[in-house]
Amino acid sequence: MSFIDYYKILDVSKTSTEKEIKIAYRKLARKYHPDLNPENKEAEIKFKEINEANEVLSDPENRKKYDKYGKDWKHEEEYEKAKQQQKSRQSGQKDFSNEEYSDFFESMFGGGSSFGQGRSPQFKGQDYNSELYLDLKEVYITQQQVLTVNGKKIRLTIPAGVENGQVIRIKGKGGLGINGGPDGDLYIKFIIENHTLFKRDGNNLYLDVDLDLYISILGGEMIIDTLNGKVKLSIKPETSNESKGKLKGKGFPIYKKEGEFGDLIITYRIKLPTNLSEREIELFKELQKIGAK
Amino acid sequence: MNTRKLIPTQALCSHYNIEISFVDDLYKMGLIQIKIIEQNQFVHISQINDLEKIIRLHQELNMNLEGIDVVFNLLEKERKLRNELNILKNRLRIYEND
Repeated sequence: MSFIDYYKILDVSKTSTEKEIKIAYRKLARKYHPDLNPENKEAEIKFKEINEANEVLSDPENRKKYDKYGKDWKHEEEYEKAKQQQKSRQSGQKDFSNEEYSDFFESMFGGGSSFGQGRSPQFKGQDYNSELYLDLKEVYITQQQVLTVNGKKIRLTIPAGVENGQVIRIKGKGGLGINGGPDGDLYIKFIIENHTLFKRDGNNLYLDVDLDLYISILGGEMIIDTLNGKVKLSIKPETSNESKGKLKGKGFPIYKKEGEFGDLIITYRIKLPTNLSEREIELFKELQKIGAK
Repeated sequence: MNTRKLIPTQALCSHYNIEISFVDDLYKMGLIQIKIIEQNQFVHISQINDLEKIIRLHQELNMNLEGIDVVFNLLEKERKLRNELNILKNRLRIYEND
C-alpha cells in the first residue's frame, strides 16, 4: 500500500476551495470517463483514481482526515489512530463494493464510493477486457476453447477467419451489475500469431514459391502445401520472375461465412542454378549463341 | 418484429430513475429510436447500451444532449478509424516480415 497524493491526482493545491476541487474533478472526469475512452485501460485506471480523490477531497470531513493523517500514514501510531477512526466510521457505513478503490483509500476511509448513488440506481457492471493469443493455423478452422476469466469458466466458440486485433463481446461475462443491474460484458481481443510461410491480408493468403529455372522456361507442374492440404500447380512455359498466380478459394476462411474462402496468391521466385558443371556451362554458351543470332 | 426484444419506456424510466420527458428528448434528438405499438412506447433491447451510456454522460459529466450527440458521432468515427488502423497494421506486418 503506497501513499496516494489526491491533490496531485486532481492537480489542485492543498489550499484549493471546494469549488476549485469540483471544477478540477469535472474537467478530469470529462477527459478520462470510460464511456469516452473505449478500450483504454489507462484512462479506466485514471478515472478510478480521480473518482477516489474526489470522494475524499470533496467531503470536508474526509478531506480534514486526509490532511491530518495522509502525509504521515506510514507512522504506526498515527496510522493506528486512523484505523481506529476508520473502524468507528465503518460501523455506521453502508457496505459498498471495494473493488474500485485503492488499498490506501480503504485503509483511510473504509468502504467505497457513493459516486452516482441515488441518481442512477441500477447500472450494468464493469466491462472486462482480455487478450487471447492464437496461431494462424488455429483460426483456419472454427474451434471451441474454454477460458477462465476471474475464476469463471467460459466456453467460447471462435469462428474460423477471425482477424488479428478483432474484438468480440461476450454478453454478461464482465463485472457484476451495480445495485442489481445487468452484469458487464467481456471483450476478447484476438492476437493472431503467424508462424507459417503464408502472409495474410484479410481473407487472402500470399505465398512465395521458388521456381526451378527449367520449369519457368519450359513449363511444368509442381506440388505445394496449403493450409488445407497439397495443391498441384500448372506452370506455364516462359513464366517470368515475380509473376503471380491466383488460386481461387484456397485462401483464408471468410469470418462467419461457412464454406467461403479468400484466394491464395502465389508469387513465383525463379531460382537460378548454381555450381554448374562444365557440360552445363557449355550448353548455356550454346544457348547464348543461338539467342544472339 | 420480435416484440420480446422491446422494453416499455415506462419500465426503463423507473429502472434508471429518469423522467419520461428525458426519453422523449433523446428520441427527438435522434439519439435513440422508439417503437410505438398500440399507443405504447418501446425501446429495442439493442439500444440499452447506448441509453445507459447517455444517462451516465448526462448525469456524471453534466453533458447536454447536443454534446452527447457530438460525442457519439466522434466515438463512431474513432471506432471506424481504429478498425482501419488494425487492417493497415495487419497489412504492414506482411511487408515487415519480408
